[in-house]
Amino acid sequence: MTSTLTRGRGAPLGPGDVVLSLANVTKEYPTIPPVRALGGVSFEIQRGELVAVVGPSGSGKSTLLHIMGTLDRPTSGEVMVAGHRVSQLSDRALSALRARHIGFVFQQFFLLSGYTALDNVADGLLYTGIPLASRRELAAVELENVGLAHRLDHDATTLSGGERQRVAIARALVGGPDIVLADEPTGNLDSKTSDAIVELIERLSASGSTIVVITHNHEIASHFPRSVGIRDGRIEYDELNGAR
Amino acid sequence: MATTLTPSKLHVADVARTASVGLRTRKMRAALSALGIMIGIAAMVGVLGLSESSKSDLLAQLDKLGTNLLTVQAGGGIGLGSGELPADAGVMIARIGPVEQTSSVSEVDANVYKNDLVPSGQSGGITVQAVDVNLLDTLAGAMADGVFLNDVTAAYPTTVLGAVAADRLGIDDVTGTQLVWLGDQWFTVIGVLDAFELNPDLDRAALVGMDAAATYLDNDNVPSSILVRANPRFVDNVMGVLAATANPQNPEEVEVDRPTDALEAREAADDAFTALFLGLGAVALLVGGVGIANVMVISVLERRSEIGLRRALGATKRHVGMQFLGEALLLAAIGGVGGVLLGYGVTTAYANLRGWSTLVPPIAIAGGVVAALVIGAVAGLYPAIRAARMSPTEALRTG
Repeated sequence: MTSTLTRGRGAPLGPGDVVLSLANVTKEYPTIPPVRALGGVSFEIQRGELVAVVGPSGSGKSTLLHIMGTLDRPTSGEVMVAGHRVSQLSDRALSALRARHIGFVFQQFFLLSGYTALDNVADGLLYTGIPLASRRELAAVELENVGLAHRLDHDATTLSGGERQRVAIARALVGGPDIVLADEPTGNLDSKTSDAIVELIERLSASGSTIVVITHNHEIASHFPRSVGIRDGRIEYDELNGAR
Repeated sequence: MATTLTPSKLHVADVARTASVGLRTRKMRAALSALGIMIGIAAMVGVLGLSESSKSDLLAQLDKLGTNLLTVQAGGGIGLGSGELPADAGVMIARIGPVEQTSSVSEVDANVYKNDLVPSGQSGGITVQAVDVNLLDTLAGAMADGVFLNDVTAAYPTTVLGAVAADRLGIDDVTGTQLVWLGDQWFTVIGVLDAFELNPDLDRAALVGMDAAATYLDNDNVPSSILVRANPRFVDNVMGVLAATANPQNPEEVEVDRPTDALEAREAADDAFTALFLGLGAVALLVGGVGIANVMVISVLERRSEIGLRRALGATKRHVGMQFLGEALLLAAIGGVGGVLLGYGVTTAYANLRGWSTLVPPIAIAGGVVAALVIGAVAGLYPAIRAARMSPTEALRTG
């Protein structure tokens, strides 16, 4: 790919730089009585890392994903993404941060029906101001990267579950974000397809992408170099290289 | 380490593209909601088009007939005299300066039948009128067949039939010798008239010359009505003096009319209907707008996950709002353009049917599309605000 477009991946952070950091982050929902979903969570993710955030249902994983992805703000504590202090950013600035620095992969894929795989991936760059032709050009490269070069013009919703998740992953990666947050990316897939997706994630990480996978599945988490265990809104463990 | 954040940006073409997502993925629903607006706009464009086309037809008609024709007749009714004008009324009227032409009509006490075997009671409502030979000219009438009376034929037992009279007598052409039984003798039909726009009474009459009426039908030729063509610039002035001129003794027994007033009055009545139909069109448009609002509200609820996804992809609240407002505008625009085309089509078809020229005012076309867009904007505003304000986490959670 010889695109002249500047992509976010690699700049301005260097290897070892902190892409994302959470410092004593809490999140309380103002229900009666108030529900504390996160209670003082702190950790850092460095550029190029592949991290699993593991926890059972109701442990606060999704809340953590939303806060890491700047879709929600913490009640207290500080979140830094790609060097930007989230608490100091307006809603518009957070949108800009997500458009250029954060990629999302969801369990339900969230692909637009009636659109081709190519256009679904190109939509990953929709809010960056890149013209459609260039978006498609970049999307084609990313689809090739996830092994779907032969599916560019297929309606995304007619693809198999595994293929759909690959399209969703390509969409998250197409802008070259500083960090990709994947929420239960294998949750809707059979075990064989799950393995293939895990392999893809490992391969993408090896090529330089920073990826955080949120999962309830310890077996999947065990594939990744680092696991952050979460339970009842608190970090239970944070281990490297399968040291548990 | 942190770079300056470049704001999220959505190109205009992409706004249109995202706005069409709902339309492309829910085609039937989009078509039905656009249909509501389409009917409203079509009704309004059609009503304005038909009204304008018929008006232009009327103007052409008035132009052809002239608005300077006046009729003078003896006032009917209780206590209003003999029902006849003075014998010299025509001469007196002709002396009024701006009067260009007069033509007298005298009612003959006779009936006309297809032949002498028809019972006398079955006159078919056809009257016999003695007329001046310049009547056709005065009334700007035309012949359907044959010729009108002239100085020669007016003295002989010949007749020209009005359109309705000819129809009732079963005479549609005058080739060969067509005879009718008129006043107990045979009269030759020399012509059949086209319908008179301004004097329908003559459509139901058999017209004979004044001389023939006196000779064969024993008519006194006292005018029952006089048709007057006045200088168009002085029509009102002439109207003001006609009654007193026709019958100086009893001007109150004279009735003066301008027949084109009736056409104009008919048009005014049509205008009232136009207003009514425009009102109905507006109601249809409003209902169409409510339909769009309804569809958009449902769409926002159904597409929470898409809203969540777009926020995750970097859309601002404004981008999401613009997408849904754009969708409502697109639906309304489709309905508006479709409505204008439909309204124009209906107008053209009906105008052709009536022999009018199609005339849809440009303001109706532009107004139709603008009205649709305004309705779309109003209808889409609330759903768009609702979509924009939806929290991304809530939107994703319900996906």
